Formats: sequence, structure tokens, C-alpha cells
Amino acid sequence: MTKIVVAVKYVPDATADRKFESDDTVDRENVDGLLSELDEYAVEQALQIVEEGEGEVTVLTVGPDDAADAVRKALQMGADAGVHVNDEAIAGSDAIATSLVLAKAIEKLEYDLVMFGMASTDGSMGIVPTLVAERLGLPAVTYGSEITVDGSTVTIRRDGDAASETVTAEGKVVVSVTDQTGEPRYPSFKGIMAAKKKPVDEWSLADLGVDAAQVGLDASGTQVESTAPRPPRTAGEIVTDEGDGGTKLAEFLASKKFI
Amino acid sequence: MPADRLMPTPESADLVALTRSIVDKELRPRVDEAERSHSFPRDVFRTLGRAGLLGLPYPEEVGGAGQPYEVYLQVVEEIATAWAAVGVGTSVHALSSFPLFTAGTEEQKERWLPDMLGGDQLGAYCLSEAHAGSDPAAMRTRAVRDGDDYVLNGAKAWTTHGGEADFYTVMARTSDDGGRGITCFLVPADAEGLSADVPEDKMGLMSSTTATMLLDDVRVPVERRVGDEGQGLSIALAGLDAGRLGIAAVATGVAQGALDLAVRYATEREAFGKAIIDHQGLAFVLADMAAAVESARATYLHAARLKDAGRPYGRQASVAKLVATDNAMKVTTDAVQVLGGAGYTKDFPAERYMRETKVMQIFEGTNQIQRLVISRHLAR
Repeated sequence: MTKIVVAVKYVPDATADRKFESDDTVDRENVDGLLSELDEYAVEQALQIVEEGEGEVTVLTVGPDDAADAVRKALQMGADAGVHVNDEAIAGSDAIATSLVLAKAIEKLEYDLVMFGMASTDGSMGIVPTLVAERLGLPAVTYGSEITVDGSTVTIRRDGDAASETVTAEGKVVVSVTDQTGEPRYPSFKGIMAAKKKPVDEWSLADLGVDAAQVGLDASGTQVESTAPRPPRTAGEIVTDEGDGGTKLAEFLASKKFI
Repeated sequence: MPADRLMPTPESADLVALTRSIVDKELRPRVDEAERSHSFPRDVFRTLGRAGLLGLPYPEEVGGAGQPYEVYLQVVEEIATAWAAVGVGTSVHALSSFPLFTAGTEEQKERWLPDMLGGDQLGAYCLSEAHAGSDPAAMRTRAVRDGDDYVLNGAKAWTTHGGEADFYTVMARTSDDGGRGITCFLVPADAEGLSADVPEDKMGLMSSTTATMLLDDVRVPVERRVGDEGQGLSIALAGLDAGRLGIAAVATGVAQGALDLAVRYATEREAFGKAIIDHQGLAFVLADMAAAVESARATYLHAARLKDAGRPYGRQASVAKLVATDNAMKVTTDAVQVLGGAGYTKDFPAERYMRETKVMQIFEGTNQIQRLVISRHLAR
């Protein structure tokens, strides 16, 4: 019986036109949001683990009202239960503050294994899994590309550029998984209907015993100084072949350090 | 820009979201190559079936999803926005399961329907013959009772999924009593004597196989007869109104795809120093396209809601099929115009949309037949 908590994030659709608010936080109001695609891999791995043995998957998110959509999507995929930590005071929290909320919520749950995606598709920092592990006092194994559970032993393969390493962990552990673990499943109509009946708890900071002053924009350890839209794409450079086209192309590539 | 939809329930909105994600990840990346190489995407139907999208309008007890037509058709439209052949296939599959669902015995339904609706068994529908298209009562394919079997002989034309399907819903003549002499059979693909002729070399929908199915002394056990002898034509006609709505949804989807492409192109392409969408002459073409797409959608949804409410909807189904396919023909032709020379090349899908739409004015009852149906309703 493996009890898995999968922490997921509700993010602005990466294919949409994303913007920042005046306080340099991400605009979450005017862009459609969804369950971070990288987190779907963690949900998929958790589901596979409990399908092979026995267990339960609880999906946990911290976010505003709409973040319930991310929980629902994971429940539609097959997770058993959801927890949504929703409190206005959390708005603007950075990775460190968010990790406090996540850790407190995880402590309230029964679990053997905590899983994360490798990073969010909006912040792209990839540090929350280790921050949460530190707060929980647990080992963290990040960027796993293959995860197996045998009793209380978790085996994780990590693929680097030059070598792969296989790590085993006994007891509780925090794992983040990459997009190489296997394509996440689609929900099915049955999953959509079943999700309506699955339990979702909504918790506030008070439920977790977290003081509002410990989180939010002001309490965050990092502050975004400024944001600027990426400059529009400029027209490409056209190389006219006057007998020396090949040379010019090679020079261009060399100037960009491609060759 | 995806179509703006007002769905009746949260789960139906989730179904549309699920459809869009399958369409974006599984269909869009593959459609061009499949259309070029004429390859039938059998696995795509499995994916759609596993997600529950092939059995949407059927009750949950038989493996469906119990969704109203209002929802089912919008899912079909979303599929067709990316890949018309798969949209048509989804509609044809639903149509081929319809006779068993409406006229089959409980035992027959329990035995075959779940696999059909779950996508493991892909269906085809054999009504037309070479000389009996708009007038199916003129069909000649015969089924002669021989002990516990029927022996079928003949040829069924224009079979979508012909040669690819796992089962064929075949209408054949069991007596010479005109429209009352036709009977419905569920013929498995591996029945001896059943074969597909060389597929038609079509103008569009290249990835959807269309072939004449040849029946040469095909023995079909009595237990595979759907309904009574002589009920076949009424079973077939009962499914046609719903089938017409399916095609109306497919045509609307293709038109939406063409509109999206045209708007994207017109926003990026510049002439005389500004985007061509900022030239009023072209902007108005796009506005008319948008109006045509949205009125087609409203028209088929009206018919669907009548059906869902248990009201007669035959006339509205014909209106929807006529309006949606004629509008789609106009919209896809205009999309080629908006893209100009580029639209006439195979570098862009505009020309494909235009070719694909033409057949929709022809099949599931030509648009002339639809006008006949509508005018007869008016004369009542």
C-alpha cells in the first residue's frame, strides 16, 4: 500500500499570450490556466505505481480558486483525492514561501512518497521539490526518469548527459520526475464522471497553522525587480548567393558559435 | 481561435477540453502526412474510443456516455476542426452502431455494443449501391434465408471504412416488396465472401478509405439480423436524421478550421504596408466567413436540442445539413481566396479544406435531397 501525494501547479497556458501584472507577478486573471503539463508526468507515474501495486494518490495544489481545475484534471486522470490550499494571503508567494505551504499541507496527509513534476511551465525554477524535502526533513531525488516502488524501497533512475545513475531510497522520500518518464494518459469520459464524486478538501492557511505573515509577496525571500516583454522577433538575415553563399553561411554559423 | 461554446454541464465542458487536448496532441501533428500518404489512422479511433468519445450519445449501460446530441456533435465538430476524415469517421461509426442500438435485442446489444462504442470495433455502414444512392429502396443486394443463415450477395457502394472496419451494418433485400423488403444485418469483417473492392480515388478525405464492399455468398447467422425482416429501410432512415446532424457538425468544424487559418494568415501577411486583415475588402470576407460558421453551428445545435428534447427534428436536421455544408463550402473556398496564391498550394491546408467540404454537400443525402425533405415538410 503506497500512499502518494503528488503536488501539482495550476499555470497559465504556455501556448497563450502570457503577461505580468503591474507588481511583476504573473497575470493569472486574463489567461486560461491548466494543470502544468510537466506535472501531468508526475500524476501519471503515481497512477502507474498504485496500479501496479496497491495504494492511493492524493493530488495537492496551492493556488487561487481556478486552481481547482488542476486538481480536477488529475482526479479525471485517476487520482483518488484532492487537496486545494486556497488563501488570499498566499498570492505572490515565491518558491520558498510556497514550499512552506506545501510542506505544512503534506504533513497533514498520510503519505509514503511525495512526487513533483520536474518544474512548473511558468516559473520553471524546479527547486520546489528540494525546498519541500528540506522542510519535511526528507531526502529528495530529483529529475527521475524511471521510478519503481517495491515495498518501502523507491528506486529512481536519473539520466544525465554523460551517465545515468540509479538511486534507491528507503522510507519516505520526495521525488521529482522528468518528461522522459512516459506520456501521461488522457482522462476518459468515465474518469470525468468519476472525478465529480471524488473528495476534494479545501484548506486555508489557518487550517495548516501557517501565519499569513510567513507567505505572500512581502514575505517572499526573492523579489522580482522588473519584467520586460521579450523583444519582437526580428527579420531573418538573408544571404544572397553570389558564388560565395556557402562561405557566408559558414561565417554566419561560426559567428553564432554553432560551428 | 477555438470556437466559443456554451456547454450545458461542467462535465460536457471538460469533454470538450479533453477533445481539444487529444486533437492538439494526436490529430493535428499527423493529419498532413496521413492525407498525403492516404493512410487510414486506425489507432486514432482507438484513442478516441478509449477516451469514451466514440460512444458519447449512447447510454452508459451499453458502454456509452449518455451525452445529449448537443454535446456529442460539438465534440465531433472539434475533431473535424483538425481532421475532417476522422470527424466523418466518428460520425459514420456512430451511425453504424445505431441500428443495433435501436432495433437489436438486449442479448445482441450486450454482446456487441460495448466493443463497438469503446472503439475496439470500428464500424461501417452499407446502405448505398451504385444505382441506389438517393433512392435506397431501389437496392438489389439480396439476403436469402438458408437454414439458420442468410446468404448475402451484392455490392454496397461508397462504404466509409470499407476494408478497414471490424463490422459492417448491411442493408439487404429479403423480399421484392420495395422499401418494405429490406433487412438489416451486422456482418463481421472476417465473414467469408466479404471483400473490399479497390478503394475509390477521391478528391478529398484521402485518409478515410472509401470502397465498394462485395458480398459473394456471405453467410450471416440469423442471430446477426438486426430487427425483423422488412424493417431494414425504416431502421436505416431512422438513423439518417442523426447522421445528417453528424455531417453538419463535421462541416462546421472544417469551416472553423478554415476560418482560423484564414484569420491567422491575414493577421501575419502584409500588403501595402499593413496586415491584410486591416484592409476592409478582405476583413469583410473574413467577417462573412465567421458569420457563416457561427450560423451553421447555431442551426445544427437547434436541431440537436430538439432531438434531445424528444421532439421531431427531421426538417431541422435537413436544414442543418444543408446550411452547414453549403456554408462550409463557401467558407473553405473563401479561405483559399484569403490565402491567395499560397492558398492554392499544398503548403497550406486551405485547399484541402475546400476539397474535403465538397463531398459533404453530396453524402448523407445530397443537398438537393435535403431541399426535397424540407419542402415536403413545408407542404404538409
